[in-house]
Amino acid sequence: MELLSGNEAVAQGAHDAGARIGAGYPGTPSTETLEAFGAHADVHAEWCVNEKVALEVALGAAAAGVRSLFTCKHVGVNVAADPLFTAAYTGVAGGLVLLVADDPGMHSSQNEQDSHFYAQAAQVPLFDPADSQEAYDFTRQAFEASERFDVPVMVRSTVRISHTKSPVERGVRPEEPRVTSFASDPAKWVMMPAFARPRRMAQLERASALKAWADSEAPNEVIEKSREMGVICAGAAYQHVAEALPEASVLKLGVTWPLPEKTVRAFAKSVEAVYVVEEASTYLHDAVSALGISVSEPPFELPGFGELSPNLIREAFGLAVPHGVRGVEDLPARPPALCPGCPHRLVFKELTRQKAIICGDIGCYTLGALPPLSAMDTCVDMGASVSMAHGLELALGADSERPVAAVIGDSTFSHSGLSSLLSTIYNAGAGTVCILDNRTTAMTGRQGNPFNGEALQDRPAREIDLEGLITALGADRVSTVDPNDMHAVRAALKEAFAERERLDVIIFKSPCVLKERVKAEPYYVACCTGCGVCLTLGCPAIGKYPDTGLSYIDPAMCIGCGQCAQYCRFNAIIR
Amino acid sequence: MTKMILCGVGGQGTILAAHVLAHAALNAGRNVKVSEIHGMAQRGGAVSTMVAIGDDVASMVVGEGEADIIIAFEKMEALRNVSSLKLDGSLIVNDETIRPASVLTGRAAVPVDLDERLDELHAHVIPAEGIAREAGNGKAANLVLLGAASSALGFPESAWEGAIKATVPPKTVDVNLKAFAAGAASARERERGA
Repeated sequence: MELLSGNEAVAQGAHDAGARIGAGYPGTPSTETLEAFGAHADVHAEWCVNEKVALEVALGAAAAGVRSLFTCKHVGVNVAADPLFTAAYTGVAGGLVLLVADDPGMHSSQNEQDSHFYAQAAQVPLFDPADSQEAYDFTRQAFEASERFDVPVMVRSTVRISHTKSPVERGVRPEEPRVTSFASDPAKWVMMPAFARPRRMAQLERASALKAWADSEAPNEVIEKSREMGVICAGAAYQHVAEALPEASVLKLGVTWPLPEKTVRAFAKSVEAVYVVEEASTYLHDAVSALGISVSEPPFELPGFGELSPNLIREAFGLAVPHGVRGVEDLPARPPALCPGCPHRLVFKELTRQKAIICGDIGCYTLGALPPLSAMDTCVDMGASVSMAHGLELALGADSERPVAAVIGDSTFSHSGLSSLLSTIYNAGAGTVCILDNRTTAMTGRQGNPFNGEALQDRPAREIDLEGLITALGADRVSTVDPNDMHAVRAALKEAFAERERLDVIIFKSPCVLKERVKAEPYYVACCTGCGVCLTLGCPAIGKYPDTGLSYIDPAMCIGCGQCAQYCRFNAIIR
Repeated sequence: MTKMILCGVGGQGTILAAHVLAHAALNAGRNVKVSEIHGMAQRGGAVSTMVAIGDDVASMVVGEGEADIIIAFEKMEALRNVSSLKLDGSLIVNDETIRPASVLTGRAAVPVDLDERLDELHAHVIPAEGIAREAGNGKAANLVLLGAASSALGFPESAWEGAIKATVPPKTVDVNLKAFAAGAASARERERGA
């Protein structure tokens, strides 16, 4: 028995199923899956610039007969949807499994969309593991199903499956090497209309076969208990139901697309009232209702958003909820913050000083939106900073009161900011694009990307020249600035905002403090006047005494970056 | 079934402690689930790891009034999570206060009666960092706290020892074993006193 997280279990399952190639883009809660897969010496794993590219890489490998793993978070499926829908026509040769990690409750995401709807829309089978053992077993079964039915297969996890460790019993990896070859077959792989139409028919035939499989072979399980009440559920929701409603009969679905229709009907008939319990979605409820089954509603409504828990289910079914210690309300909030010495800090500080409209993006730097920096006006999806800034600039014009700036990290820029910038430049757009190049993909745990030249498995990789690339695209002006130098940041932004009909790209280049972990001699506050400017930087190492209002620096947290010292007009911050 | 929460501030080592706990449970022949939150939930923010131990474990979530034991690595985080504690649950708290940004910048305050409230909850407040320093390294405070919770779980000593050896960085095994033992001793002393 090994203690594995759901992500590690999927990776191990893929490896033990003989998968040899993995591709993905990092995103919480999916990231460790590809890292754990890549920890095996006998596979090739790579971070791609985005999920669309990664799925195409995995599909290409599968076309050559190699079992391949693709990983991303739920919103990554939006990006990968283009190849996904047509890969469901072409099918595969070697098995292709997609690990998709949803984030109900939005612990680390901008929405809580449910990947079931993608499986249904693209008509690809979806496995719903409820713990790490199932994550392992289902991944292996997913590869089998992928090859048997010639279709990509999804393994859908959620944050509580991906990031919960539980014991796993491993199987054995088949020893015999698989034959790798590619036989040209345009009718299968060239999806022009004349070839796509027959593949569409093949997809429909396959769907019928999959429905029969879902009823006869898929890992769906009936747990017979009370005849009065039955619950249909899957994934993490099953565990909450098992704990909250120990008397209820349960149909635990291991595959939720296609729905095992006969199994669901038989289960509904076997109990007096059938309920559906699912997280932040109506997918399963709708699918069961669509079979003409009358789904009973619990006496009190289950929340339609966020994560479920045993207590929420108990409450909905009118059962007693454990009575615990009274909660405490009057505590100061403790949201995450940019680290001491974070190279993003001064860029945000200076952008707000110059009253810019700030289009932000996805990464650690989204934390710049929180007080006291309060330096973000929009953040929607990967790459949107650059294109939304272009839209705002078009709408407001060059003589608007406030200049428009896009703020985007290096990895997010490679993901899709690059195509946004290409489009802005092509359309002769104006404005200021700030690329916060901290030399890594920080939020998800410091993965490689094209601009730091690091690759998974410590493979040699090429480092792309960011400034050269943007110069080649033809931005009006490109500069590289040290973001830890207040005067340089201020001057660069001032210059960019002075000529608003121009497109300026400023690369603020300095490594993430978690990457280098350099700690210099800490600063201290010598003769504070209590003006409070240093506190507006939002550095976790700087505080003020509640009685005197004077500032102090916590020497244990200060890394000696000197950002704050540059803002003290009284030269009171010294070392 | 035993449900636990290990809570604190990002970077305090709650996750490592939870992993030691989970391995010890496994070594003791129990089923176990450990649920963590990564990503945006870190970066100095409040963190909590939920642990469920026992053969009847199903849900990995520990809700209000469900925790048998809460190990808080910081005093305000103890109070933030206390609604999860059973009425007869035990609360083990590191004697440390870490001020969040809102307090540092004067927009909010630490409750003045923090210690009294913990006292009312019969919290076992432990100077874990000091004890860990005596054991050889202040950073092993997480193992001191785990040690203080260990007797309530009834795992054999060998289960803990194996878990620590398998989980912490190899060079820190000795200091972590000592820190764990010191934490366990502090809990025994408290029991004798009570």
